[in-house]
Amino acid sequence: MNNLLEIKNLSKTYHTKKEEIKAIDDLTLEIKQGEFVAIVGSSGCGKSTLLSILAGLEEKTKGEILFNKQDFTIGYMLQNDSLFDWLTILDNALLGLDIKGKKTKENIEYVKNLLKTYDLDNFKEKYPKELSGGMKQRVALIRTLAIHPDVLLLDEPFSALDYQTRLAVSDDVYKIIKKEKKTVIMVTHDLAEAISLADRVVVLSKRPCRIKKIYDIKLTNKSNPIENRKAKEFSTYYEKIWKDLDVFI
Amino acid sequence: MSLSKEAKQALKKERRFNLLVLITQISIIIIFLGLWEILTRVHVLNSFVFSSPSLIFITIKDLFLQGNLFNHILTTFIETLIAFILGIGLGLLIAILLYSFKFLAKVVDPFLTLINSLPKVALGPILIIWIGANVKSIIVMALLINLIVSVITIYNGFLNIDENKKRLLISFGATKRQILTKLIIPASLQTIVSSLKLNISMSLIGVIMGEFLVSKAGLGYLIMYGTQVFNLNLVMSGIFLLLVFSYILYKLISILEKKLIKN
Repeated sequence: MNNLLEIKNLSKTYHTKKEEIKAIDDLTLEIKQGEFVAIVGSSGCGKSTLLSILAGLEEKTKGEILFNKQDFTIGYMLQNDSLFDWLTILDNALLGLDIKGKKTKENIEYVKNLLKTYDLDNFKEKYPKELSGGMKQRVALIRTLAIHPDVLLLDEPFSALDYQTRLAVSDDVYKIIKKEKKTVIMVTHDLAEAISLADRVVVLSKRPCRIKKIYDIKLTNKSNPIENRKAKEFSTYYEKIWKDLDVFI
Repeated sequence: MSLSKEAKQALKKERRFNLLVLITQISIIIIFLGLWEILTRVHVLNSFVFSSPSLIFITIKDLFLQGNLFNHILTTFIETLIAFILGIGLGLLIAILLYSFKFLAKVVDPFLTLINSLPKVALGPILIIWIGANVKSIIVMALLINLIVSVITIYNGFLNIDENKKRLLISFGATKRQILTKLIIPASLQTIVSSLKLNISMSLIGVIMGEFLVSKAGLGYLIMYGTQVFNLNLVMSGIFLLLVFSYILYKLISILEKKLIKN
């Protein structure tokens, strides 16, 4: 298998007392090593469900998910930072390792280094409430990176932040992810965010969600997300994807 | 540190306001006690029925001289403490069980509501027959009153924990036990501590009620005994001591709360 992970004919059906709701219908997607894939779709189309299934938080109804190795580790980053108020920043960053019983000297050193590299060294012994929103998001990312994930799943990772912080933090997170050479699947409803961050943008249809189109994002002078927004192809992609989404008010 | 003139003035104003509140509060106490004392001395109020501050003072002094005062206070204190600790311990345990076993929680839910809505004093006479006219009955009475409230408060605290944090732990592959020890209990510390406050008042209510029913010592006994022999000085003294006692307990829990919830 050349791909890092393959999703084959995945379906998910929910049921309430009265009816069955098909959230995902026959979705097939391949993710390559080192790729940054953004998944966009109108709200409530089931894109977050897809990540929940990948993260093992929900059961799939049908289909297969194949990983390229046995003990495949998934790092799941949620909408808000979900830091624990009663733990120090260091302990928060070590939470995943703690749960997995992998708090080895080596791993602790790795996390401390990450904190140092990303300007959080002075905050190690502080508590989350003393940090800004952007810093907390960085801690949440380090907490996810700490378990050496083979793929990072980002579920609208910046949606809890205000617009300016959001731009700065997405830039920040992007740099960290690229530096650590991680594969990413990100779900978002923000098209600009998707185009400026991702190598590929997958557009999902309305519920039940199927893949409508996949765009390989090729921007002239591709650099960081904020600069990418200035590329001349940016608006073309934006318009195309906007049309695909077929939004009615 | 230098403050601007305006800031200094504002601070001064605030301090004066707080001082005024304090002075008013003290005045109310003095006027209340003074009026009570004077009205009984000039026989507008019958001191046999209403007692008076000076008579209460003498009664408490006599109790002290007879060596009974601390015995009564200690009895009530120990009973309250036992009921309090049992209530919190069992309350936490039951809340954890209910949280861990959804089936159990569903089954027990209507019964909890049922027991909670029953005025527990009604069970007093049965307790005396079943358990006997002793301290055990008093503690069970207090437990009946504080336990259900503790369970419900703590359990609801558990249920109100951010679902995202739980999802995060599950995505790390956390076991049920890890979710409990790493998230549910530490995150509920605030609710658990505030349930301590509720629990201590409930325990005290239960203990006094229990002492009304069966007892040979304690502040509740003092009040009940005073009523039976129509010694209103003793009744009022009991109430006064209880007032001070419960206030001190409440303050102690507040200090504990501040210590526990630092960050």
